[in-house]
Amino acid sequence: MAKDELTILGRPESLSDNITHYCPGCTHGIIHRLVAESIDELGVRERTVGVAPVGCAVLIYNYLNVDFMESPHGRAPALATGFKRLRPDMIVFTYQGDGDLASIGMSEIIHAANRGEKFTVVFVNNAIYGMTGGQMAPTTMPHQKTTTSPMGRDVSLSGYPIRVAELLSSLRTPAYIARTAVHTPIHVIDAKQKIKRAFAYQIQGKCFSLVEVLSTCPTNWGIAPDAATRWVTDNMMPYYPLGTFKTPEEEIA
Amino acid sequence: MAKKLMKGNEAIAEAAVCVGAINYFAYPITPQSEVAEYLARRLPEVGGVFIQAESEVAVGNMLFGAACSGKRVFTTSSSPGISLMQEAISYMAGAHLPVVIVNIMRGGPGLGGILPAQSDYFQAVKGGGHGDYRLIVLAPSSVQEAVDLTILAFQLADKYRAPVMMIGDGMIGQMMESVEFPAKYQDPPLPPKDWALGGARGRKPQVIKSLFLDPIALEKNNILLAEKYKVIRENEVRYELYKVNNKNRLLLFAYGMMARICQTAIDELETEGISVGLFRPISLFPFPEKEVYREVLKDNIERLLTVEMSMGQMVEDIERCSKGKKPLGFYGRTGGIVPMTEEVKGAVKKELGLVK
Repeated sequence: MAKDELTILGRPESLSDNITHYCPGCTHGIIHRLVAESIDELGVRERTVGVAPVGCAVLIYNYLNVDFMESPHGRAPALATGFKRLRPDMIVFTYQGDGDLASIGMSEIIHAANRGEKFTVVFVNNAIYGMTGGQMAPTTMPHQKTTTSPMGRDVSLSGYPIRVAELLSSLRTPAYIARTAVHTPIHVIDAKQKIKRAFAYQIQGKCFSLVEVLSTCPTNWGIAPDAATRWVTDNMMPYYPLGTFKTPEEEIA
Repeated sequence: MAKKLMKGNEAIAEAAVCVGAINYFAYPITPQSEVAEYLARRLPEVGGVFIQAESEVAVGNMLFGAACSGKRVFTTSSSPGISLMQEAISYMAGAHLPVVIVNIMRGGPGLGGILPAQSDYFQAVKGGGHGDYRLIVLAPSSVQEAVDLTILAFQLADKYRAPVMMIGDGMIGQMMESVEFPAKYQDPPLPPKDWALGGARGRKPQVIKSLFLDPIALEKNNILLAEKYKVIRENEVRYELYKVNNKNRLLLFAYGMMARICQTAIDELETEGISVGLFRPISLFPFPEKEVYREVLKDNIERLLTVEMSMGQMVEDIERCSKGKKPLGFYGRTGGIVPMTEEVKGAVKKELGLVK
């Protein structure tokens, strides 16, 4: 490297140099980086504890340079609650997929949000179960083919996909709830702002915070990575609108 | 400290506060809801944390997360609630976390009833959750012993970095007895909690987990657990003998409140000239295996009889440990029915062939 070369972007300290196990075209890597950048920029790496989910991101502790506990399937909000209440000085976050949070862990997330637990949730919604091999999730789109909905999701039997951000923002308890995506550069910038904002609310001791991130799963969707990014735009975004659904500043009647 | 008259459930709660276990998570369930009601008032006085969780599933997992802080944490529940906690219990055993869980047992299976039972022996002692793990299991037979064993439970949990369960039947929780707490409690020497999570400041990140995708690594964790259980078996066996002597014709086996009833039966049988002794396991895991065998072998012992508030669970351990050396009988009532002294006496006499 020449002496006059300038590093304009390096590896965040909170991101380890381990090679991830994620499939080509998966956006977990991007979201991990955004979480790491946010933790670094807010200066809280040394007092952050993550809660790993069950799902593709179970090994997240191999990729982030912070303390971690590994939760049973769906229970990350309960672990985060227990830890944060005993260590309110720590910055605690869960990182959960759609099967983990919106199916088996629906009870834990709703009650943690309703109690206004002061931790942050990064909720990665890719409309399918990844680690177990492409089964139908609560967020699977109508008519979307999965290994357990081979004819496509039949909404007369399985209901409609659950909009987690909207569901949680209906609770009376103050919170920061937003939805974003990472399949184009402009969305990555939006996702970074929202994730960082979610952590900032926690650092201020303000409220529960959750950012839903629309993600891709080319492997289990059965399409190429570039087609997967288009699939997010064409199929997911009309049903899962991006935006900020709730902030603690809002006056609620 | 002066003696106090206290309900078992409240005494257990106060014993936990006494050892600095001021972090408590629970869901209401009869017959132990008084613990949460007591602690909901008591813990704010001492700067503790109480959360009424949305379910026992969440309770178990709040305990899991809270235990990662290295602070003393516990819960109390009753049978159906304990079933819901089995997921977290297995994970916490696998992740080597110290927690204390109290089961004030009611009759099962299913929703069962709300009256006292001892039918969760298998669940507590033989597993309940998935995987190759054991719980240290303690069984008090008085309110005072419930206090003493609660204190011990926290010490053992920290000593071995393992979940400890105390099981008492509903009667232990509901009855009032005089009880004394240590005036100035001090922990015995315990290992440092350098495994706790508290931020990667000046050290590498720490992970508390139970996933080992590499079979060699997973086997290693299981071997580590097995070695821990071996040390526990060697050092933590607890039991009590009542009126055991060389005139006993029969040896009774009972734990918890059932043992108290057996003691009265033994006293009354003595006046009738029938000599019976009682072996009361206090630690159900580790089970007093050698000690049971030693007592069974004594020449004067003609027969053995296990009495439980179940259809027969601990009796399988007595059968295993007595190795068929003496005939073993069983008497049990269940569904919330507590065998009375007369029934125990009748069962003893029948076993000895004194009545038909």
